[in-house]
Amino acid sequence: MAAGSRGPAVAMAARILGETAAMLGAERLVAVTSSHVDGCLYHGDSGVHFAERLAGDGGRVAVPTTLNVGALDLLHPGRVQFEPGTAEMARRMMVAYEQLGCTPSWTCAPYQAGHRPRLGEHVAWGESNAVVFCNSVLGARTNRLGDFLDICAALCARAPYTGLHRDENRRAKVVVDTRKLSDALKRLDAFYPVLGAWLGAEIGSDVAAITGLPAAIPEDSLKALGAAAASSGAVGLFHIVGVTPEAPDLAAATGGQPPARTIVLTAAMLRAARDRLSTAAAGTDRIDAVAVGSPHFSLAEFAALDRLIGSHGAGARFKVPFYACTGRAVLGEIERNGMLARLGEAGVELVTDTCVVVAPILPKAGGVLMTNSGKFAHYATPNTGFATVYGSLADCVASALTGRIERDELLWS
Amino acid sequence: MLTTGTVLIDGAAQGPLLRLVEPISFWGGVDPATGRLTDPRHPQHGVAITGTVLALTATRGSSSSSAIMLELLARGIAPAALVLGEPDAILALGVIVGREMGYPAIPVLALPPAAQALLPEGKLRITKGGNIAAA
Repeated sequence: MAAGSRGPAVAMAARILGETAAMLGAERLVAVTSSHVDGCLYHGDSGVHFAERLAGDGGRVAVPTTLNVGALDLLHPGRVQFEPGTAEMARRMMVAYEQLGCTPSWTCAPYQAGHRPRLGEHVAWGESNAVVFCNSVLGARTNRLGDFLDICAALCARAPYTGLHRDENRRAKVVVDTRKLSDALKRLDAFYPVLGAWLGAEIGSDVAAITGLPAAIPEDSLKALGAAAASSGAVGLFHIVGVTPEAPDLAAATGGQPPARTIVLTAAMLRAARDRLSTAAAGTDRIDAVAVGSPHFSLAEFAALDRLIGSHGAGARFKVPFYACTGRAVLGEIERNGMLARLGEAGVELVTDTCVVVAPILPKAGGVLMTNSGKFAHYATPNTGFATVYGSLADCVASALTGRIERDELLWS
Repeated sequence: MLTTGTVLIDGAAQGPLLRLVEPISFWGGVDPATGRLTDPRHPQHGVAITGTVLALTATRGSSSSSAIMLELLARGIAPAALVLGEPDAILALGVIVGREMGYPAIPVLALPPAAQALLPEGKLRITKGGNIAAA
């Protein structure tokens, strides 16, 4: 491929892939069956030039490939407030990736938009939350591919055979024992992003096996855990014993090897991790906006939001902007089932194809942003200037209705 | 010569050593327009990485960090060299892609954290083959 038998675009992709593989000490490349590309988000003109070079040279993906978010909401023009020149470059980038044959899914939760590789399947995915979900929850195998390597892998249908593609690197080296935490806490949706934020900060890129969690954890909670762990750290794979597919029991998760260390998690450790998700000054009591949907909101999460708003009585209406970010696949479903109209009446503003921390969407005046997402909480302050307050989805709804911070603190004590 | 790192991307460079005291995600942590650290949680928030021999014991966060690295190279405000705690497919990838795109490449070395800790403060010179010396 590097010699150019499939054209100059694939040749360039193969060179980048080969060099990266050599740098990582990979003995070979592994065939992959799908790809998820994160490189389509505009970070500067250099990425556009790269994508246009590949597209202009006739590049075409060799495996089914979904696209992560772009920097524009193509379905809601005006939602993203770029300067015209920047918007044009962001649009050119999205067009180039479509020209390369990628599916215009524009979501960071492709696994909830029909792209679900099977247990043991080798794939080449980018975007840190998608990668950790793919490895941990689906049991497919991918490394955390950097932007650009994802599209190179998709063009060549190959990835470096290193890291999480190999059995020995998927075994847990760290055991996290959650027995000391209350069952009530483990049933909270707000528990999982905090657990993830703690995990990433504590173990970096190591693989952990978490014990003592309920057998039935909603998929959206696993998604939130992974996204937070891949933001505060570089976690690419976690196991939850009795829950995730490669961890039917602790021995399976660790490969029968004694763990390098065991951490007994306490409520105090979790509270500290939760507090780190809020950057707003102590004593802050008002919020200026709410954002949910990182990773992109699922149908089940919209249903929960709809129920929570309904629980405040007919005609409940938000006092501050409330942004819900999702992919167009889920948007289509809530449009069809009538939920979208109800949410709109309460003041929910839909953001598709992109999200509030990767594109200028939030009010320019800035202020305090409340979120139930560990990932938004991690990135909102550096990327948008907003101070953050972390809370559950119920807290977010209650706070948006009054404009004041309403948090249920009881279960964290 | 002080020490030799494992060559990930070969080359020569010099610049003042900038040791990141905590890991950072380049995406969300480095402004690609200014080359400064922008994560307010990071103790070195506000420091410019442009022109430095940037030593990181570990990286974290987004896989978009390679795109930030590429943009820093395209704008001519990248570090002079990267010294990573271990081979990393994110930041060095930005340099590999930059070379394909015709942007000036920078050396990238891997040097374990314990060896990084022995690097002296001040200006360092990196020569081909991964040698690191005081400049």
